[in-house]
Amino acid sequence: MKKIIVADDEHKILMSLEYSFKKTGYDVYIARDGTEVLEFLKDMVPDVILLDIMMPNLDGFSTLQIIRQDEKLKDTKVIFLSAKNNPKDIEKGLEMGANAYVTKPYSIKKLMQQIEEMFE
Amino acid sequence: MMSSFALFTVVLFYLALLFLVAYLAEKKKSKLWINNPYIYALSLAVYCTAWTYYGSIGVAATSGLNYLPIYVGPIVIIPAWIYINTRIVRISRVNKISSVADFISLRYGNSRSFSAVITIVCLLAIVPYIGLQIKAISETFHLVTETAISKNILTDNATFVVVLIALFSSYYGTRYVDASEKRLGITSAIALESFLKLFFIIILGLFVIYFVFDGFSDIYQKASQFKDFKEKNTFNGPEGAINWMILCMISGTAICILPRQFHTAIVENRQEKHIKTAIWFFPLYLLIFTIFIFPIAWGGRLIFEGQKVNPEFYSILIPQYFNNTLITVLVFLGGLSSCISMIIISSITLSIMLSNNLIIPYGLLGKFKSENEIQNTRNITNIRKFSIFALIIMAFAFYKYFILKTSLDSVGLISFVVIAQLAPAFFGAIFWRRGSYKGAMTGLLAGLAICYFGLIIPQYYFSYNQEFKGVLRDLYNTFDFFTIPYLSRIPEIFFWSLLVNTGLFAIISVSTKGNYRERNFAELYVDIDKYIQNHENAFIWRGTAYVSDIKNILERFLGKNKTEQALRIFNLKYNIDSQTETADSRFIKFSENLLAGRIGTASAKILIEGVTKEDKISLKEVLNILEESKENISLNKKLTEQSEELQKLSDDLRNANENLIIKDRQKDDFLDSVAHELRTPITAIRSAGEILADDDDIPLEIKKEFLNNIITESDRLSEIINDILYLDKLEHGEIALHIQENNIVETYKKALNPILHLIQQKSIHLSEVNLLNQFLFDYDEARMIQLFQNILGNALKFTDDQGTIQTKLADKENQLIIKIFNTGKHIPEEDLEMIFDKFYQSKNQNILKPAGSGLGLAICRKIVQAQGGTIKAENSGLGVTFTITLPGSVKEYKNAVEQNHSKT
Repeated sequence: MKKIIVADDEHKILMSLEYSFKKTGYDVYIARDGTEVLEFLKDMVPDVILLDIMMPNLDGFSTLQIIRQDEKLKDTKVIFLSAKNNPKDIEKGLEMGANAYVTKPYSIKKLMQQIEEMFE
Repeated sequence: MMSSFALFTVVLFYLALLFLVAYLAEKKKSKLWINNPYIYALSLAVYCTAWTYYGSIGVAATSGLNYLPIYVGPIVIIPAWIYINTRIVRISRVNKISSVADFISLRYGNSRSFSAVITIVCLLAIVPYIGLQIKAISETFHLVTETAISKNILTDNATFVVVLIALFSSYYGTRYVDASEKRLGITSAIALESFLKLFFIIILGLFVIYFVFDGFSDIYQKASQFKDFKEKNTFNGPEGAINWMILCMISGTAICILPRQFHTAIVENRQEKHIKTAIWFFPLYLLIFTIFIFPIAWGGRLIFEGQKVNPEFYSILIPQYFNNTLITVLVFLGGLSSCISMIIISSITLSIMLSNNLIIPYGLLGKFKSENEIQNTRNITNIRKFSIFALIIMAFAFYKYFILKTSLDSVGLISFVVIAQLAPAFFGAIFWRRGSYKGAMTGLLAGLAICYFGLIIPQYYFSYNQEFKGVLRDLYNTFDFFTIPYLSRIPEIFFWSLLVNTGLFAIISVSTKGNYRERNFAELYVDIDKYIQNHENAFIWRGTAYVSDIKNILERFLGKNKTEQALRIFNLKYNIDSQTETADSRFIKFSENLLAGRIGTASAKILIEGVTKEDKISLKEVLNILEESKENISLNKKLTEQSEELQKLSDDLRNANENLIIKDRQKDDFLDSVAHELRTPITAIRSAGEILADDDDIPLEIKKEFLNNIITESDRLSEIINDILYLDKLEHGEIALHIQENNIVETYKKALNPILHLIQQKSIHLSEVNLLNQFLFDYDEARMIQLFQNILGNALKFTDDQGTIQTKLADKENQLIIKIFNTGKHIPEEDLEMIFDKFYQSKNQNILKPAGSGLGLAICRKIVQAQGGTIKAENSGLGVTFTITLPGSVKEYKNAVEQNHSKT
């Protein structure tokens, strides 16, 4: 079973992602900000991390930076899910090592397909 | 009694002191020296020569009030210098004028012949005058040492003093090849001498008044016993008064034109404002001098009554009579100062005239063919040095062979009358456009002829042939026709010579057309204030000239470096490309100016003419061009004003543009933020919708939750949109404020009621503190309710369960002060201002984001500002306090705002 961490500070967004990924058969871990993501990463190596960018305490960019320095997480796919949709931010996110950058609002179905393709 | 050797040593020390002062002034060039108006004003007292020091006393004792005009004339005219000399200084500065001959001849078409004639006039008038000073030095020297005057040049002490003065003048007078340069060393030494001579005569005056006699009234009382006392101290009727007035006119004219006065007052003037000091200081100086002449003269007569002594030397004889060697020597040194400062300045300025207006243009100009600037410069200074020596030797010869018998006073006055012949041309130069070269020259020559036959021949010839008879006598008798019975000789000749001189000048000038060059300079002189900034533009010249030819000439006199530098300045000033090959009129004038100081204006013109080809321009054309250039100058002024206005406009535009760019960026940021804020609820709605649509076997409970999410997030969306539109309306003043008197406590309650249950839900402790003296205030109640709800709602979000919210109402000087405090996390200090910005939260990552549009505080700030109040947030104790201040009368504030608007 694939492990996925979903990080967002919007409760209602988290809810729908958690429901959909659980239903598809993922092991879903919910985080409210970057620090909670790092907490999970101490004990586990997820297959996918969905990261919002604008989060309190530790934002998505900074969280990714820390993730990409960790050797054991080199196979973990990181996907930004952000309302920031200007090309500068997208470019920045991909340059930092994100596997994909998906802008809000997104289709959950397409998001899942994209993730599936990453593992093929 | 003093031995010759001792006195000569004193003289040497005194001269050494002058050398030292000159040396220090030249070397230091400190601001104290350069910017000191008193040095300038004191140096003008070079006017007071041996004539003043000794001669006036003789006149006072023998001819009564006639000693006064020499001082009264200048005292009367000097205040006019603020106008006259200011203009002459400007004219001289822009044209690099270095002598009175340059000044006059440049005006009359930069004429070589005119400047030569003026130089000769000055030589004729001044050289005997210098001789007179030498005579005074020699006579007083022998008087002090009580020795007989030696006929042998080699044993005459005056010879050695004169040689020393010649050395001093030629060394410090020719330090700069540019004669229009300021000679600080000389000026400072002259100023010192002027001070000392006044100081010494004051000592002598006090000595006579209080030591020899019992105060001023004692002298007056005793002197009034003399039979001729009354006659000597009144004008003696209208006849005497007219003579006296004419003498005043003579000296008043002389003080403006005398070459040494022109030199100190104009050429050595560093700053125009120094003239302001001089016009009161110099008359005061002369006044102090005159005060002491009366007691010394009459005291002398009382002491030496019945003895045969020369009253001109009372000032030395009195202290000598009382065996006071110290005062005798001091007075001698004062007299020496008067003499040598006159000799120094006169010889320097005459040498400049001699070299620049006579020797160089009439003979030696060809000598400067050498390409070597250093050689040429040396030649010029050598000519000047030679001139100084030649002048002093001429004067010495004059003293030795012509004027031994004549009095100081008569030679001085004759010299003044001769110099006064320059007055019509001189004053005409500044005030009269039509004055022409022909008129000025003819008038001058005629005036000189009258002076020559009326004054000089009788003075010098008759003094050796007292009883001459024959043809010459008869010739003179035929002129008796012109004798004015009530005028004495000198005023009479002054009257006739100036009448003829001025008359011819005026008649010929109006009846003939001047040359265009004259007319050009006439405009420049009369309208100097208009041309002072760009005088080169006012010079009219048309023809063919090449920069390289002129440059060659400049290099011969200035050297390569200085020429390059000067050209750079010129090109910069007129914005001319340095590659330009042909020279225009401005460049011609500029080059002539560069040369003028070194070789004189006339020679400069001749040299430039040698390499250029000038086309003839008619007078009419010149007048047209001048008229145009005058218009151009006023047009220029107008253009400058316009361009300043344009500059201001373009500054305004730039500012406006910058503001727009900032506003544009703010708008972009705002739209970005709006889009971001909208996407978040849309995402939640879309996700919930997607799940509900795709997932058929979704549990009912979860289905309900998703449907609720859709509803709340839709509400959030519409809240955001409403807030955005509301804030926009507030910002654009589209929401009318309904300001009226309201009870603030009631308003607060109205705001609190709808959210009271939320506060109770979180078990928050709510309290109110009422410190109000009054309850009624002017505000828009609906907006205030909104404000309270926003701030309280905000507090509610950030206050933990069982926290505290406290509202404090107070008033101070009619101002309403509302403080709302809540316990909870502090706001970072640097963010206290920014929280009132739109979407502050979404931009700030570091605080937990409670639900809301992100516009609440921005709306609060707008509401408060619209009513003329302020809002701020502070961290206090365990939480945060928002303080809102509203002014006492909002209506007044609104009125003030409206008035401001209608003004702009």
